[in-house]
Amino acid sequence: MAKRVGIEVSLAIAEAAKLANVDVVSAYPITPQTHIVEHLAGLVADGELDAAFIPVESEHSAMSACLGASAVGARTFTASAGQGLELMHEVLYVASAMRLPMVMAVANRALSAPINIWGDHSDAMAVRDTGWIQIFAENGQQVVDNVLCSFRIAEDHRVLLPVMIHLDGFHLTHVIEPIYMPEQDEVDKFLPPPQYPLPLHPDKPLTMGAFGPPYIYTEMKKAQEANLTAAKEVILQCWQEFGSIFGRDYSPVEGYHSEQTKVLLLTMGSFSETAMEAIDKMRDDGKDVGLIRLRLWRPFPFAEIRQAVKNAEVLIVLDRAISFGGPGGPVCSEIRSALYNEDTRPKVIGFVGGLGGRDISVSGFEEIITRGIEIARTGSEQEFEMYGVRE
Amino acid sequence: MMADKIAFGKRLVTKEEYFSSGHRACVGCAEALAVRLACKALGPNVIIVNATGCMEVVSSQFPYTAWSVPWIHTLFENTAAVASGVEAGLKTMKRKGRWPGQEPQVVAMAGDGGTSDIGLQALSGALERGHDFLYICFDNEAYMNTGVQRSSATPFGAATTTSPAGKESIGQVTWKKNMPAIAAAHDIPYVATACPSYPFDLMDKVAKGVATPGPAYVHILSVCPTGWRCAPELAVEIGRLAVQTGIFPLYEIEGGQYKLNVKLSKLKPVTEYLKLQGRFGHLSEATIKEIQDRVDREYAKLMEKATAVAGSS
Repeated sequence: MAKRVGIEVSLAIAEAAKLANVDVVSAYPITPQTHIVEHLAGLVADGELDAAFIPVESEHSAMSACLGASAVGARTFTASAGQGLELMHEVLYVASAMRLPMVMAVANRALSAPINIWGDHSDAMAVRDTGWIQIFAENGQQVVDNVLCSFRIAEDHRVLLPVMIHLDGFHLTHVIEPIYMPEQDEVDKFLPPPQYPLPLHPDKPLTMGAFGPPYIYTEMKKAQEANLTAAKEVILQCWQEFGSIFGRDYSPVEGYHSEQTKVLLLTMGSFSETAMEAIDKMRDDGKDVGLIRLRLWRPFPFAEIRQAVKNAEVLIVLDRAISFGGPGGPVCSEIRSALYNEDTRPKVIGFVGGLGGRDISVSGFEEIITRGIEIARTGSEQEFEMYGVRE
Repeated sequence: MMADKIAFGKRLVTKEEYFSSGHRACVGCAEALAVRLACKALGPNVIIVNATGCMEVVSSQFPYTAWSVPWIHTLFENTAAVASGVEAGLKTMKRKGRWPGQEPQVVAMAGDGGTSDIGLQALSGALERGHDFLYICFDNEAYMNTGVQRSSATPFGAATTTSPAGKESIGQVTWKKNMPAIAAAHDIPYVATACPSYPFDLMDKVAKGVATPGPAYVHILSVCPTGWRCAPELAVEIGRLAVQTGIFPLYEIEGGQYKLNVKLSKLKPVTEYLKLQGRFGHLSEATIKEIQDRVDREYAKLMEKATAVAGSS
């Protein structure tokens, strides 16, 4: 029976990677991710985890070493954040296009300048199109469970793609939560050792990472797109099986008082839990409001999103990242785009907030919802509004 | 056994080709020759990690490949880091009983730009961490794949497209970065220079480097007729002149000790090397003298290091 322990989320992630019996961890320190890899280094040093810990000289090399380890069939894990994720940027595309399964925890952090080590989703949005499966977690338990699920999804021969698990820097990484840590034998059954189908091996020499001129590049990208889109089915199956074994259920889109509700708020990540409090409070006050929590970011769950908001009249989307000079937040743009061709659809109102570690309180979410309803009624001269700007 | 080898005088070299013909390298490419020879020395039990550059482009155009050994290319500047991951991955899997068969050697290959410029940090990191691998730099002294732009390995006075000779310029105004010394400064067990004009020396060094536990670095001068603007049929001759003029001496550094492999009683004048290449065609007598003086000085310094070793042993 799994034990429920009070543990810092970063340490729990490292323990989950240990339960997954990873072979290679390659990482570079960056706040707020460091506790994850420090703990992994400790587990290796104490002989509790039989893995190679490669303390590389940059995040670019961290991800590059992951490519090499994954290409020989090793189970590979890393973690990063903010600038580190940005330094990895070009390498991330290679991991997905070369079908190298690996798992990375991203302790979401704002991007410089000004330098800011605290949480928002700027880093996640900058790597949106890298071809990775991307999951957002709301609490420590979700991160731990998804580390295990992610290896299983990534290594599934129908998928063979890298997976990013996003968790909010500090808001999640540095808090101590009660978390059920699964037993090793349960994990071993759920997650058998990886069997990469085409590793680099002298017995069967392969050329990996060939040069792809115009006559083949488009076909390769089409194959990659089809592969990532099809991965959703495997993700759903994996979550279902995880739920049946471990008793915790996951889905790409989660509703909270969202059925038949006219006004919905949509959030991603740890803010969802605060938003739920706000929804409770407003519903107690007799307001017809609900919440949609988006958990699977890539592949984007079009059908689930359309289904979840089909009865709503107003959909307020909060982004923790900004697309400068553009339509506001990337999440809002994508939701709006996903709904545009629907016969009936809610008005989609965009807010940007919670940047660089700025918190949004329960009353803050109430303000956002109230203002969103007002904009839906009266319209706004702005494409989106930024919440909480001191003027 | 004999049937598998080709007799070259007193030496025997395997007939097996691991970097096969049919690749798209330019006529007279000494880098392709160097890769071919290096692969013969490495044999089949190897995983090659290749940087972006000429060799990747000419050898791996989908759906063809010139490689009959496991080979991976990912990006430009990360070759040593990818090799780190390959080495750590296969060693761990071997230890955990999940690597079937013999453990292969890991070899990284990159050009001079991928080594001395954009890939220097990743290389330094991998050397410092002590991964068990061989890194080979195929140095053709500029970014040839993108059309002959200068790198930090381009020699003083050479004209490239980004260090052009002109009324106000002699071409490259900096002296070639000393990559073997940088590699050696990491206190790695084996560093060597080589040139395919000296094929047995090259193969010996590659074999020695890959057999050395821990990191090894071999820096191979690779004549590029396209970028150096020289006759393709002179590529081997020009490589030999690079050594005989003292411009590119062949040596090894083991445990910090220098050893000259081709000892020259008298250096040929640098003009013999320079005059065969269009990239140096614009040089004045004064600049050539500057190069000659520098080469004499550097060669004397190298001799001193090598002699100091000989004297102390």
